[in-house]
Amino acid sequence: MKYFHLIWAALFRSKTRTILTLLSVIAAFLLFGMLDAVRTSFDQAGQSANGARRLQTGSKLSFIQTLPQSLDAQIARVPGVKSVAYANWFGGAYQDPHNQVFSFAVSDNYLDQYPEIEVSAEARKAFAETRTGILVGETLAKRFHWKIGDKIPLQSTIFPQRDGSKSWNFDIVGFMHAKDKSAGWYDQLVLMHWKYFDEGTPYNRGTVGWYVTSVSDVNQADRVARAIDALSANSDHETRTQTEQAATANWMKQMADIGLIVGSIMGAVFFTLLLLTGNTMMQAVRERTSELAVLKTIGFSSRAVMALVLAESVLLLVLGGAIGLALASVLIPIVSAGSGGMLNLPSVGAGSWALGLTLMVAIGLLVGAPPAWRAMRLNIVDALAGR
Amino acid sequence: MGTLVEIRDVSKVYERGKQKVEVLHHINLDIAQGDFLALMGPSGSGKTTLLNLIGGLDSPSGGSIGVAGQRIDRMGGGDLAKWRASNVGFVFQFYNLMPMLSAQKNVELPLLLTKLNAAQRKRNAAIALKLVGLEDRAAHKPNELSGGQQQRVAIARAIVSDPTLLVCDEPTGDLDRQSAEEILTLLQRLNREHGKTIVMVTHDPKAAEYASHTLHLDKGTLVEQAALA
Ligand SMILES: Nc1ncnc2c1ncn2[C@@H]1O[C@H](COP(=O)(O)OP(=O)(O)OP(=O)(O)O)[C@@H](O)[C@H]1O
Ligand SMILES: [Mg+2]
Repeated sequence: MKYFHLIWAALFRSKTRTILTLLSVIAAFLLFGMLDAVRTSFDQAGQSANGARRLQTGSKLSFIQTLPQSLDAQIARVPGVKSVAYANWFGGAYQDPHNQVFSFAVSDNYLDQYPEIEVSAEARKAFAETRTGILVGETLAKRFHWKIGDKIPLQSTIFPQRDGSKSWNFDIVGFMHAKDKSAGWYDQLVLMHWKYFDEGTPYNRGTVGWYVTSVSDVNQADRVARAIDALSANSDHETRTQTEQAATANWMKQMADIGLIVGSIMGAVFFTLLLLTGNTMMQAVRERTSELAVLKTIGFSSRAVMALVLAESVLLLVLGGAIGLALASVLIPIVSAGSGGMLNLPSVGAGSWALGLTLMVAIGLLVGAPPAWRAMRLNIVDALAGR
Repeated sequence: MGTLVEIRDVSKVYERGKQKVEVLHHINLDIAQGDFLALMGPSGSGKTTLLNLIGGLDSPSGGSIGVAGQRIDRMGGGDLAKWRASNVGFVFQFYNLMPMLSAQKNVELPLLLTKLNAAQRKRNAAIALKLVGLEDRAAHKPNELSGGQQQRVAIARAIVSDPTLLVCDEPTGDLDRQSAEEILTLLQRLNREHGKTIVMVTHDPKAAEYASHTLHLDKGTLVEQAALA
């Protein structure tokens, strides 16, 4: 690249302006890096291999509607089903109704469906032996400074006990740790015994919030899902069964179309960037008219001069963009750590870099095109005479 | 010595809106190899226009221009650019250096278009700078140099790729007397010792004295005069 010093010199001919423009490019791509991480984390949610071989069965009507516990045995008999577990929403709060704690009452084999959740052998044993035992996600435990052996009360917002009390007492017997980021939210969860829950409240009476089924063959997942739904067809409790992946994706879609939101924000940001850098480049080339004319005089072809201007514009974008993305990859872990596990953003991956670089080059070319065209068409004699 | 530049019946018409203005009328001129020609004439007489035609920066509206046997009036933009790169050096009134580049890098510019490698480019540029007496200013940026020094850098840039023809448009027009004399002496040396053919436009009769002879343009027509003795 024997022309690099020429391009570099041209870019920093007006230092202040170039640095200001560079800052806006950096800011735009910093934002791009962060938002793309958010988008990626949403895309990745539930995308584990385990998620593809797990089916979730809930009421077709609404997720508040419960299902009969008798379905458990029926689902277990469906060909292709490896095992089935069930759970219900407990809806606990700790000390203060605002301290919502995600808590499920689960069947004894529930954890078998989640190999990506790590629970020590002692904790498993203690959980199996303690009727009031709970397993607590490690992030949650950290938040409330809970230790194994602690006795804690949780208020259920949905299910009072037989004596009318909303407060339930539990013994912390172990912690849960998600080995796999896609299961990260188990680090925030409380699991309790189905028996303690179902027998403790007069309101559940053997109904189940949802079933979790493992299939033996991941390629048969759709067929098994249809077979499970067929069990309750035309009953008063029709079901809807999906892979965990699809269920998560649907759930996320209902929450917000993150792709659309990120796309719209970045669209607006890049449009602004286009105008801004476009203006900078146009001004830069206008100021350099006589210098460009000298290059042509010396024997640089029109196309070479055009290429120099385009390269300058692409350099501006790639330089700022790379700094911005690099900043994003430094900031993302800090933001994730600062959120105390609420946000689990992936670092700027190869995909984001590739997309980012493509955007930088594309914007650079787009922005450089008008001034490059002008430079190419520049008439030497007129430019030298200052016309 | 043979003829380097052959100008035959050349005219140049500029269009200003719908109006056509002929600024050069049927010019005939031979410039010998090794000549140092001064072009004088009132403002607007067409000196720059003629010089630009000789240097291949512009093409005539009529007639023919041959340089070293090549018909440059028939060349297209791309060929003309290549031809300029290897045959002509340009010196302007306002030096026209790249403000961001050092003297050395400014002089190296034309060499970027050759096959020379970085080391050779550096060496040749250093030689050219030495020739104009600025070897100790190689690292300076144009704004760290005086007008006369900047013009000498521009001359080094013009000769670095060893062209046969040097085309200078009022090279001393922006300089004080002493700097002007240094530049003119330098041009004279390039003409006498290095055999460069030079065409120089000037308003200054004293500058013209350095040339081997002078031609006058008036309203687009050549008024040849005897070489000034
Ligand atoms: N590109 C152009 N378009 C229109 N008119 C032009 C153009 N270039 C030159 N002219 C006109 O042609 C005439 C000759 O111009 P030129 O620049 O050759 O004069 P000059 O002798 O160099 O003058 P000066 O001594 O002021 O530099 C002038 O009237 C000028 O206005
Ligand atoms: Mg002129």
